Amino acid sequence: MSVSSNPVTVNIGPQHPSTHGVFRLKVEFDGEEILDLEPVFGYLHRGTEKLAEERNYSQVITLTDRLDYTASMTNNQAYVLTCEKLGQIDVPERGLYLRVIAAELQRVAAHLMATGFLLQDMGAMGTPLMYCFRERERILELFEMLCGARITNSYMRIGGVFYDAPESFWPALRQFLAEMPEYIDEYESLMTGNEILLGRTKGVSSLSIEDIVNASISGPMLRAAGLSWDVRKSDPYDIYSSLDFEVPVGTQGDVYDRYWVRLQEMRQSLSLVEQCVSRIPQGPVRAEVPLIFRPPEGDAYVPIEAPKGELGFYIVSDGGISPYRCKIRAPSFINLTLLKEMLIGRKMADLVVILGSIDINMGEVDR
Amino acid sequence: MSPSVLENNALYQSIYSAINWVMPDFLDSIVGYAAAFAMVMLVANLVLVITPLFIWFERRILGRFQQRLGPNRWGPFGLLQPIADAIKLIIKEDIVPRGADRLVFNAAPVILFMPVMLMVAVIPFGTQFYLVDLNVAVLYIIAVGTLETIGIFMAGWASGNRYALMGAVRSVAMLVSYEVPLVMSLAAVLLWAGSMSLVEIVDKQPVPLILLQPLGFFVFIAATIAEMNRAPFDLIEAESEIVAGYHTEYSGMKFGVFQLAEFASVVVGAGFITAIFLKGAAGWSFLPSPAWFSLKWLAVIFCIIWIRATLPRVRVDQVMAFAWKFLLPLSAINLILVAVEMVIWPSPNGAQLWMIGLINFAVAAVAIAVLATALGHRNFAPRSPQIPTSTVVGEKVV
Repeated sequence: MSVSSNPVTVNIGPQHPSTHGVFRLKVEFDGEEILDLEPVFGYLHRGTEKLAEERNYSQVITLTDRLDYTASMTNNQAYVLTCEKLGQIDVPERGLYLRVIAAELQRVAAHLMATGFLLQDMGAMGTPLMYCFRERERILELFEMLCGARITNSYMRIGGVFYDAPESFWPALRQFLAEMPEYIDEYESLMTGNEILLGRTKGVSSLSIEDIVNASISGPMLRAAGLSWDVRKSDPYDIYSSLDFEVPVGTQGDVYDRYWVRLQEMRQSLSLVEQCVSRIPQGPVRAEVPLIFRPPEGDAYVPIEAPKGELGFYIVSDGGISPYRCKIRAPSFINLTLLKEMLIGRKMADLVVILGSIDINMGEVDR
Repeated sequence: MSPSVLENNALYQSIYSAINWVMPDFLDSIVGYAAAFAMVMLVANLVLVITPLFIWFERRILGRFQQRLGPNRWGPFGLLQPIADAIKLIIKEDIVPRGADRLVFNAAPVILFMPVMLMVAVIPFGTQFYLVDLNVAVLYIIAVGTLETIGIFMAGWASGNRYALMGAVRSVAMLVSYEVPLVMSLAAVLLWAGSMSLVEIVDKQPVPLILLQPLGFFVFIAATIAEMNRAPFDLIEAESEIVAGYHTEYSGMKFGVFQLAEFASVVVGAGFITAIFLKGAAGWSFLPSPAWFSLKWLAVIFCIIWIRATLPRVRVDQVMAFAWKFLLPLSAINLILVAVEMVIWPSPNGAQLWMIGLINFAVAAVAIAVLATALGHRNFAPRSPQIPTSTVVGEKVV
């Protein structure tokens, strides 16, 4: 007797617990194995790039908050850096330091969220996620001290930052910096050596450096494959050239290495913030920039190392009060390029883990 | 008159005499049936009361594990939360999807719940407190426990939802795998006790059997957790993968019945672990025997919740590999070991019990270590960050 079987098409998303937003995958399954898939985007498309053309340069900052809403600070930073390059504005030292502090804290918060949700997708029942969110909460409280907002910060301005940090910010930050490394040790002791975690992540979706570079994937995914490429090192912006840090790299490029690279980057970010805190000079935090900012005609692109990869705004100015064109290079969108190569032939359970390890954010993918 | 199977049942006798005292004389003929009915109602409702309490306990404990409070609003310490949940589920709209097979869809929750309640019959809650002392109790547990899968498969199949179908198929695959080590580890217990009656198994343990058959206990608890679909083997309702598995399409009280059956199966499963490996209701005399049973049972429940709060979920192929490559050899080793020891020491005294315990613990440690090294991924030592010597930019990278 022969049993015939047909592949089954399953729609994963847009309403699914682990697609990290409204991402949809049309997957063809043979039992548990993935035969083919087709990603469908656009459920969260808000036309950010077009909206930017209708607003003046300062107003666009609030739009950038809504791109990758887990890392608003770095979005702000990428945008204001590009505007400053367009207008050739020199930012006061203290403003640069505050920006780097905010951006690195944001990186820790974003990586905490990525790690927590990766483990949640792996089925760890909320415990690691709640641990990670406990510390993320403290970072958000620090942001609240800086600018009054927790998620959609809009803290950075063209020419510096919105306002100097209040006096109470510094002791709170120092206390956080003192305690955070222990918390990272705690995540590591809870999860890193866990047999099930190793079984679920080792060798899953290994990618070669060649494939990754050809697909222009950046960020922790690239570094997990073993290429030490970090915009903060290779093309330093703000004050990164004067700071001392390491770029952790993996070897296999699999899910485990991505997880591991994120954990190590958190430690590096903390050391960066510590250096900034010890060196930060007194002075103004913001250059004199008119509210209606009119850059000269021209174009500019400044890449930065966002938590998810290389983020950049390509802005064309026609000399008016709003950008003529604003193109966003969103890392998590480009990091999805190799989705098929990573997923085909793998199991259903790997799908959610791999998606979690790419760390997509639909606000950024759909823009 | 009373059913013959209940003649030596102390619980039945006490209920019988109480009812006999209340009933008028001319109704004497039905006192036996009334007493039997009252006893079944008592034990069945005991489980139905314990299960919501267990749900509350699990949510509170999980909350503590996860740095939060858990339900604490409704009633003292949130104790009435399960009742609030049940009321919410009852007044919710009950939706049957268009593509569903109505009859099977509606029958599935009942069929899933039935075996759990049937299994309660043979648990000895106290030295004299059980529904029936069945002489094939272990066989009965395995046979009836397997029926749960039919309910799960019916639910998954009838829903007309592919996530549900995937959950159902996973459930059957897991049943086929985990029944084997489960039965093998029980076989060693039967060798020791020489009986299939749970009451007798409890009586035949000179010390809790976990001290004499640690390997059997390990295999049994792992296989039981897999059978009752708890983390880390909760593949059939893996919420991050297949949404809610076999009960994705269920709403209202039908969903509630699934939840109740699932948690009740944990309550019952922990009861079996307590009876078979922890010497059931035995204990020192300053507490009544049901209290000892409850304490041991709570410890088992706590461990199960602990495992759920800590471990990630294993993948479907790893679940199968774990059963066939890891648990099955371990249970075979355990069975052979116990059989040999039973031949050498047919009726062990104190010193020989010590010998058996020591040998079995040593064998368990060695066997688990060897198998885990052979099959596991643990040989990857944690690394320190690699410091790049030069940054590669602009060069061709190959």
